[in-house]
Amino acid sequence: MPRQRSPRSAALGLTVRRIPTTIPSRSGGPLRRRLVIGLLVLASLVLISLSVRSDGSGPLGGVQSAGATVLEPFGVGLERVAQPFRDVYGWADSLLTARSEAEELRAEVQELRQRAIQSEFALQESIYLRELLDYIDGPRFPADFDPVAAEVTYRPSGAFTQAIVIAAGSDDGVRADDPVVNADGLVGVVTRVTASSARVQLLTDEEAAASAIDLRTGATGIVRHARGTRETLVLDRVRKQDVVRRGNEIVTAGWRAGALSSLYPKGIPIGRVTSVGQTDTDLFQQVQIDPYVDFGSLDAVLVLVPSERP
Amino acid sequence: MSSGVALRTFAVVFVAALLQVVIVSSLIVAGGAPDLLLVVVVALALLRGSVPGALLGFTGGLVVDVVTLGTMGVSSLILTLAGFWAGRYAETTGRDRRLAPLIAVGTITVLAAAFGYFLYYLLDENVVASHALIGALAPAFVLNLALALPVYALVRRIVGESHRVEPSPEVEVLV
Repeated sequence: MPRQRSPRSAALGLTVRRIPTTIPSRSGGPLRRRLVIGLLVLASLVLISLSVRSDGSGPLGGVQSAGATVLEPFGVGLERVAQPFRDVYGWADSLLTARSEAEELRAEVQELRQRAIQSEFALQESIYLRELLDYIDGPRFPADFDPVAAEVTYRPSGAFTQAIVIAAGSDDGVRADDPVVNADGLVGVVTRVTASSARVQLLTDEEAAASAIDLRTGATGIVRHARGTRETLVLDRVRKQDVVRRGNEIVTAGWRAGALSSLYPKGIPIGRVTSVGQTDTDLFQQVQIDPYVDFGSLDAVLVLVPSERP
Repeated sequence: MSSGVALRTFAVVFVAALLQVVIVSSLIVAGGAPDLLLVVVVALALLRGSVPGALLGFTGGLVVDVVTLGTMGVSSLILTLAGFWAGRYAETTGRDRRLAPLIAVGTITVLAAAFGYFLYYLLDENVVASHALIGALAPAFVLNLALALPVYALVRRIVGESHRVEPSPEVEVLV
């Protein structure tokens, strides 16, 4: 009698075989399973704890830096392979928004034509005034900074962080707190640096802030990310008596008070005011800004490295 | 798991982690981006079980945290638990369910977002709940679901399934 047949079934001669099924293995016994998950969770918690405490320095920072350096060629290679696909995506995405932007751009072109004529007249006057202002103001930009061009290699995922990783690090002279810009305006600030890469906190991060000024009216405030949005900014802490109008340009204020100074040099464009509002209960005006920088499609940036570090 | 399969499996996770941070996370649709690495880890866990799932999640998270210079261990912890849960689901109630990848990916996307928010809150990071748990999660949920079945099929093709053939007991038919 075959091993799996019972006397009763053998007597009846009726057997139905179950179809063998394939299922994931049970990954060992419950004890081994609990041990592995426990160790992995513990390892993660230890890593988090060490990482938060060391803040990028110490042995863990060294390991992370070495790991990032080793893995960087893979990222750069993949980035180059992925670039055409990203371009196609960007092109498709831009098509969707092109129609509405075209109307705005036509109106802007008209305005810019008129401004260009006025600018020609103002140019001669401004050359003289600029020389005077440079002499009076002291802080000289961009003469005080050297640009370091860097390719964007990684974009941390998820809704929790707004940051990028760039292929320039301490070997290129980049340090934490160096401002980062691109051709459109202010991008953010360097928060962590390894030998060959750096993490840049974007201006759209919840924890990012930059002192800013309305170029036309001189109203000052702090540019922050508008909570609950992806790429909208707000100019916070604008006093009610200050004048801010829709369409005004907001740039970095670049203040200096004794030994203290803003992280950002003054005059870097941030965005254009899209709405201004205030209520009786609020202490400050509510100013929304549309940033010039398209934070979703950053391919390369410039790190502003001070010419003379303290 | 043979060494060849293990190598292929870790290679899949490594490539998925790099793809995620190089290109996928910048493919923003309606305010959210898909999480390819999460989907791959869930698919691998469904195919290989809870312990490999947890190990692969930990590895993938570690790669992400290293290359993005983020807080080490955060992604590892989230993906470890995601891989473990998906593996347990496959070993128990999800067994032989055709829609298991969809159910697992959908559920884990929501749970991972909630747990991630909680974790960042504990780390004193400013994260807006409405954006993290609704604005970005809703499109990410849909995109991850769209990726679930194709990624599961692709991963199964690359690494195969963990075969554990049950003994074939006879079923007696009493007349």
